[in-house]
Amino acid sequence: MDKVILEIKNLSFRWKDSDSLLLDIPEFNVKKHEHVFLQGPSGSGKSTLLGLIGGILVSESGELKLLGHDIKNLSRSGRDSFRVDHVGFIFQLFNLLPYLSIEENVMLPLSFSSIRAKNSGKTKIDQLKETERLLKSLGLEEQLAKKNPVTELSVGQQQRVAAARALIGNPELIIADEPTSALDSDLRYSFLELLFSECKKAGSTLLFVSHDSTLSNLFSRKISMDEINNNVN
Amino acid sequence: MFNLFSKSLLNRRGTAILTIISISISVTLLIGVENIRKGVRTSFSSAVSGTDIIVGARGGSLQLLLYSIFRIGNSPNNLSWESYNELRNNKRVKWTIPISLGDSHRGFRVVGTNLDYFKFFRYGSKRKLEFLKGKPFSKVFDTVIGSEIAIKFNYKLNEKIIIAHGTGKKSFLNHDDKPFKIVGILKPTGTPVDQSLHVSLEGITAMHIDWESGAPPMEGESISAEEVLKLDLTPEEITSFLIGLKSKIHVFDLQRKVNTYKEEPLSAIMPGVALQELWNILRTAETGLRVITWFVLFAGLLGMVTSLLSGLNERRREMAILRSVGAGPGTISFLLILEAIILTLAGIILGLIILYLALFVSQPILENYFGLFIPINALSNRDIIILGGILLTAMLMGIIPALKAYHQSLADGMTIRL
Repeated sequence: MDKVILEIKNLSFRWKDSDSLLLDIPEFNVKKHEHVFLQGPSGSGKSTLLGLIGGILVSESGELKLLGHDIKNLSRSGRDSFRVDHVGFIFQLFNLLPYLSIEENVMLPLSFSSIRAKNSGKTKIDQLKETERLLKSLGLEEQLAKKNPVTELSVGQQQRVAAARALIGNPELIIADEPTSALDSDLRYSFLELLFSECKKAGSTLLFVSHDSTLSNLFSRKISMDEINNNVN
Repeated sequence: MFNLFSKSLLNRRGTAILTIISISISVTLLIGVENIRKGVRTSFSSAVSGTDIIVGARGGSLQLLLYSIFRIGNSPNNLSWESYNELRNNKRVKWTIPISLGDSHRGFRVVGTNLDYFKFFRYGSKRKLEFLKGKPFSKVFDTVIGSEIAIKFNYKLNEKIIIAHGTGKKSFLNHDDKPFKIVGILKPTGTPVDQSLHVSLEGITAMHIDWESGAPPMEGESISAEEVLKLDLTPEEITSFLIGLKSKIHVFDLQRKVNTYKEEPLSAIMPGVALQELWNILRTAETGLRVITWFVLFAGLLGMVTSLLSGLNERRREMAILRSVGAGPGTISFLLILEAIILTLAGIILGLIILYLALFVSQPILENYFGLFIPINALSNRDIIILGGILLTAMLMGIIPALKAYHQSLADGMTIRL
């Protein structure tokens, strides 16, 4: 239960050498199965931190270990495949590729990660079944049956498809970057409930990032950017 | 992965189709121009197969070739029947075909000749003239017509036609007192023979016997078609003649002999050499045309790169999503190069389809109206090299948007920018 998924020590980052430090995080850990709410206003470096965790950006100094691996030591393509193998992302808006069907959007990570493909099913048919199961439990049974194009889904439905994509193949960490900010408050709660229960089923840890603290009481742990980042502008 | 690629491309099919069309047009032009050029050359060369030397009045060699074989232009002068007789009896000469020009029928040239024309004239790969219907002329007022004339005017055997004096399309001076009877129709050859009417040399003489220096006979001086047959119709002059030699070794020998002929000024040419002269003249035009088609192609490829580049901004969301599910910037730039290759390949294939369809449709038209036979061949090695070159160029040009996508996706990361 106490296993640490994400381990950050003395992490620093700046965009250009001439810039001042954007991030300076002495310590930040996320344990397995935790649901962490990370709060911070825009411009506080949240997205940059997510970029670092996802291996899109590389820190200037310090340690960032995901599942015990220091991401910095991986090659660029190694970071890309490490990301898809172990992390599922949900963004604020426009998560879906308009030209793919609902199922194809969900199954997108499987063509980039053999680990997650294997986790979701031995054969293509099994993987499709798992996709359908996820979508159904996220309340998208009707849209699936109607074969609605993703462009005809409501924003809330789109976000649930995005959640299914993040969850498929049980990645260890789900990173949600303001996924509810475009939703009505009623929808926010139901979306979060679904997300929590699916994370639990998949055994995934959730790192939820938002500037809006009204949702924070639903999480087991709440932390704000200025608590972990020394460099607050 | 390919599914993803094709669906993404399908999603942008509007621009993709326009790009493919613009590339296909340049491919059609590029390969088509090459085909037509080759077709023109074979067409011209095939009209003179088997003839070693052409003799005519002194003048330019190209001019002599053009009027005696291609019925283009006129001869500056005639040569005398005596000179012809002397040269045809030369011991090196195997056969000759006399040619007497100057009259026409509804815009088509009349060729005065003798029966050796049907015996010795060769076209294409040494093919003999064959009759679709009828037989060679035997009487003075008989004519054998080319296939195209028969088709165009729907002429049948035994029909009578009037021959006009001169070679213009609209003639005011007709030999209407001496109609000719169609006794033979030749099979199509794809050479100027299809557009010629053949009559005997005697027929030519008979038509003009009562004419005075190019003017029709005065009142009361005309000689009727019946009376003319009683006269000696041996021609006094002919326009030119073709020679086939017993052995090709003596070509230069005989040529020199003709060119230094004492009795009158004559020219002897080798058709191959004269044709070469023609190609040299045409080369500049060909090069110009080729340069233009290359520019058209370049514009097509540039259009593709432009549309890929301008599309990149709209595709930022797509790329950010792909990045979040594990696609590296390398994968994304690879997709762009792949797109350039696939679009170009589709353009090439479409271009070839258009080309072959166009050739298929235009072949009979070109043959009927221009006497130009463009063969429909499989792609030559040269064509394949050109097409491969286009593909390679497209790939290299695809690197430009690919590099931009690489940098863009590196900078954007998973941030979805709009």
